[in-house]
Amino acid sequence: MSLFCAYGTLHGNSFYFSAYSSWASILIFVLEALLSLYIVTLGIKHQRPLVVGLVLAQFIAITYLEFFSGHHLEAKYNFFIDQFSAIMALIIGIIGTLICVFAIGYMQDFKHHHEEQPDRRPFFFFLLFVFLSAMFGIVFSNNLVWLYFFWEVTTACSFLLIGYTRTEEATRNAFRAIEVNLIGGLCFVIALGILIYSTGTIEINKLLTISKAAAIIPVALLSIAGLTKSAQLPVCDWLLGAMVAPTPVSALLHSSTMVKAGVYLVLRFASVLQGTLMGSTIAMIGAVTFLFTSLIAITENNAKRLLAYSTIANLGLVILCAGIGSAQAVWAGILLIIFHALAKGLLFLCVGTVEHRKHSREIEMMEGLITSMPGLATFMLIGMAGMFLAPFGMLISKWAVLKALVDVNPLLSVIVAFGGAANLFFWVKWMGKLLLAITPPVGQEKDVSREEFVSLGILAVLTVLICALFPLISSCYIEPYLYSLYDKSVSMSNGNIIIMLIMLGLILLFPLISINFDRSTKYVAPYLGGANTDTPGTFKDSLGNNRPFAMKNYLLDEFFAEKKLYPIGVGLTWILLIIMFVLLFIK
Amino acid sequence: MNIFLILIAYIILTPLTGGLLTGLDRIITARMQSRIGPPLLQPFYDVAKLFSKENLVVRKAQNLFIIFHLLFLIVTGALFFCGGDFLLVVFAFALAGVFFILGGYRTSSPYSHIGSERELIQMMAYEPMLIITAIGLYMTTHSFNVFDIMSAGKPLLPQLLGIFLGFLFILPIKMRKSPFDLSMSHHAHQELVKGITTEFSGPTLALLEIAHWFELILILGIIILFFPNNVWLGLAVECAVFFLVILVDNTFARLRWQTVLKASWLATFILGMGNIFILSILKICHS
Repeated sequence: MSLFCAYGTLHGNSFYFSAYSSWASILIFVLEALLSLYIVTLGIKHQRPLVVGLVLAQFIAITYLEFFSGHHLEAKYNFFIDQFSAIMALIIGIIGTLICVFAIGYMQDFKHHHEEQPDRRPFFFFLLFVFLSAMFGIVFSNNLVWLYFFWEVTTACSFLLIGYTRTEEATRNAFRAIEVNLIGGLCFVIALGILIYSTGTIEINKLLTISKAAAIIPVALLSIAGLTKSAQLPVCDWLLGAMVAPTPVSALLHSSTMVKAGVYLVLRFASVLQGTLMGSTIAMIGAVTFLFTSLIAITENNAKRLLAYSTIANLGLVILCAGIGSAQAVWAGILLIIFHALAKGLLFLCVGTVEHRKHSREIEMMEGLITSMPGLATFMLIGMAGMFLAPFGMLISKWAVLKALVDVNPLLSVIVAFGGAANLFFWVKWMGKLLLAITPPVGQEKDVSREEFVSLGILAVLTVLICALFPLISSCYIEPYLYSLYDKSVSMSNGNIIIMLIMLGLILLFPLISINFDRSTKYVAPYLGGANTDTPGTFKDSLGNNRPFAMKNYLLDEFFAEKKLYPIGVGLTWILLIIMFVLLFIK
Repeated sequence: MNIFLILIAYIILTPLTGGLLTGLDRIITARMQSRIGPPLLQPFYDVAKLFSKENLVVRKAQNLFIIFHLLFLIVTGALFFCGGDFLLVVFAFALAGVFFILGGYRTSSPYSHIGSERELIQMMAYEPMLIITAIGLYMTTHSFNVFDIMSAGKPLLPQLLGIFLGFLFILPIKMRKSPFDLSMSHHAHQELVKGITTEFSGPTLALLEIAHWFELILILGIIILFFPNNVWLGLAVECAVFFLVILVDNTFARLRWQTVLKASWLATFILGMGNIFILSILKICHS
């Protein structure tokens, strides 16, 4: 289906669908009521007054708006597809499908590892599919009330999937996630209310055309909802807690798609935020998040937490682009979404697969993966290269981000420069860990199921392929979209694209590594100050005993400790949020 | 000028000049230490000799990483001297560096491993300054393109003094000089085991040496960018800088990595970011 939509938008501009019917609105309202009821019951069962309160507040507000406010909440067009939606749909469709295929194999393994728990796999897959449909709903909705409904459905799915294992930790983290997202949802409802009373429209396309002054307040509130959904500082801890969920959930909801819904919403309204003080404040929140989470990630040894921090950082970069809101920035932001979804999805799935073989999420345990699990290690290396190295995707977008910032706000680009250096550090460190092999290999890859391997392989190929195809995506989708918003378009110059492609071609020569090209090389043991022994991985100590040696990565704890930096980041972003609220009240 | 001519000249001249400069460096260093020193062409003799040696490896793949390191350094330099996008030059430079570091990791030897970790820390230390240099050049010339910057027709140094000083600060890292020669010392004057290159020998070590020449020329090329209207002044400053770095190399001992990271980020923050801050204020005042 997403392919079909993508093909449609390739030629035309945007399509709007009225899809009008009162029964659809009523159906959505009934579903919303049932959903609220379900969450309230769960909230009461686990004694979470905050959750119950938030759900009730939202429900009462939305009921009032829909039935008693005296305004007609009818939208002319409830659904639409434009190039941006089509890109999002492609991401959700392709990556979502691959992750679901992967989950089939993975959940079988997961069951073996968690024998004590009842088998709730049908429920798991049901949630995944409900979630995917809701995501399609979000990107295709033109009616903000409908978008709000789909938004809440994804929140609920995320909540239930985080709590899937039903351990105490999982339940606690699930409630933390839903609390934060419900606060975002509440902002969404308030935005709807203001929108209805001040402008009388609930359609995205109309909101984009009315005057900036009228649109800025609801857009700012919607952006706060977006910030909570994409786990920006100061509320990013829910995403870290969400890592207790099974890996396909982390890959699908918490890196590739659901958190992208938040940045999608903010990026949608980027043209409203452009050049406003509100936009600059939002951009600052993104920049601070990018810098601090990148630095903290250096000290992280837990693979999934590191990936979570890096996800938050990259979402921060997209928020930064959206806050700037110029055509160049939006171009960079959309590309970031595409590249990040692919590479990060791939990395999460790889880490999950390795975790089942090694029984650990520690990065230090992944030593020598290149010899013990060559396939998985190769996929991981591709994913990591895709995250930070030229000529791969994320670097193309980082180039564009810097270019966009330097015209508008050069000081922010300095923040990006520092954050980028931190990114470089922790990714290379991890790559090195995979490549390092002291002892002879033990094959551990045989029992990886076919579903897992195939979906990982496709994701890896796509990660590389997308770098070659990005000029095409840019000219067919992003540029027309920008043209419709800004009456001008941006891209990378042809010369730079050619240079990128040449570099990509050179990098692709790297698999030559497996060819035995020079037979004259001679193998020797590593230098150990003359204390080598016959057993690899050991040396002779001063008493003549064989003693194993080990190599560990630097974590730079004394500089970037989570305990030290996290509160500073939270403090800074709270100040920025307060500035946002002050701006809201002044207006 | 024809781009292919520049490319050919670049590929031939760079190793020649790089090698000669390294030879000169060794003579000056020797004189500073009251020695006579090797002949000027010694680096070329060294490389020729290394190529005739046996290729010893711990892990086979380690050599391929070094080949790619050299390859991407050549690409980076070509991009720079043929007038590419300076930001892309910085990114390609990082890519080349990453290959070197990964090669060090792949050897799976404890000494190389420490060297790789330190090289990585150094990279994190200088990377922001390079990007800030690009941003500063853009703010004064409105282009990232190297040729556009060179045809700016006005001296950039007065506006970019802070960035220039910040760039000088990180220069010893890339030139592998004290006090910032953590991962491997170029002249091995203060270490027992040769850091990240411990396990590289023979032809591969020769490639690393050539790679260093390319690196050196690229860095010196970046300094010229600050003097677009007067290349001769640029070259004179370059000689002074080259001498200064050697002098510092011979008067300072190696610092701890903590100090290196702290000092270079602080310098980047104060000199680089301060400069950019002043530039943006000037820009606002003008408009």
